[in-house]
Amino acid sequence: MAVSFYGQDVVSPLMLGTAQYPSPEILRDAVLAAQPGVVTVSLRRESAGERAGQAFWSLIQELKVPVLPNTAGCHTVKEAVTTAHMAREVFGTDWVKLEVIGELDTLQPDVFGLVEAARILTEDGFKVFPYTTEDLVVAEKLLAVGCEVLMPWGAPIGSGKGLNNVFGLRAMRAHFPGVPLVVDAGIGVPSHAAQALELGYDAVLINTAVAKAGDPINMARAFRLAVEAGELARIADPMEERDMAVPSTPVAGKAMLA
Amino acid sequence: MKVVVNDTAHEVSAKTLAALIDELGYSGARIATALNGRFVPKATRNETPLEEGAQIEIVAPMQGG
Repeated sequence: MAVSFYGQDVVSPLMLGTAQYPSPEILRDAVLAAQPGVVTVSLRRESAGERAGQAFWSLIQELKVPVLPNTAGCHTVKEAVTTAHMAREVFGTDWVKLEVIGELDTLQPDVFGLVEAARILTEDGFKVFPYTTEDLVVAEKLLAVGCEVLMPWGAPIGSGKGLNNVFGLRAMRAHFPGVPLVVDAGIGVPSHAAQALELGYDAVLINTAVAKAGDPINMARAFRLAVEAGELARIADPMEERDMAVPSTPVAGKAMLA
Repeated sequence: MKVVVNDTAHEVSAKTLAALIDELGYSGARIATALNGRFVPKATRNETPLEEGAQIEIVAPMQGG
């Protein structure tokens, strides 16, 4: 049941963000409880006095989970490409979660800039994980420029609304049967994660749903169980939906009592 | 020479990006740098001269989603 990205197996279909936790200790314990296959990280300005980034880096190294740096907050191709290069040097990985944000209210990707940045970064040797929408035409273009993973949103980042367009996500799964697909953004509760895996998605990326829960550590554990349930359910081949009721208890042999 | 590091003006004596990193106290830190909006790899900081008014970004690992 291993998930594989760019030829590298990861131990779980749960990808966990590291932002917004109440404390570094709770972040560490949440990661231990979630047992994610990947953790996402970012880059920000460093103060020589505080060296906050150095302490965070030590924590990440202790966790021994593969890291996926992001280009969060980038609104242009140039910003995203430069950030990716900086991240590659700092984190020592050519994986990058590519975000080119196009709209502030929804934080939806600028898909035109995304395709262009993905092309440039792939040519520069990066393995790009593009944060995209469920648009099939954009997805085709991302694959054409060299992406081998697609990460459509479930709902706007941090909204917790779950899978807003199940039809679109299902169509994407059907259209790209061999491409690793990750629902990134919008997942609010473990059942949303299980649903994504039941739909046939290979993984889910979650941050706010765990970090902003009242008890992030137990929520992390709940997500671990949810992705396991979703993955098992997919393998077990769910029944077909029906519009009308069909009795589950056999009618044959029922006593005539009317 | 006056340069701007992470949006803060500094008066420095460093002539290269590598020297600036040391002068400002970032020695040994896990950081990445950009000069005037362009990424400068660690290996080339020593050969990267600074000019008056240079805009430098120094970033490090941070929490992310």
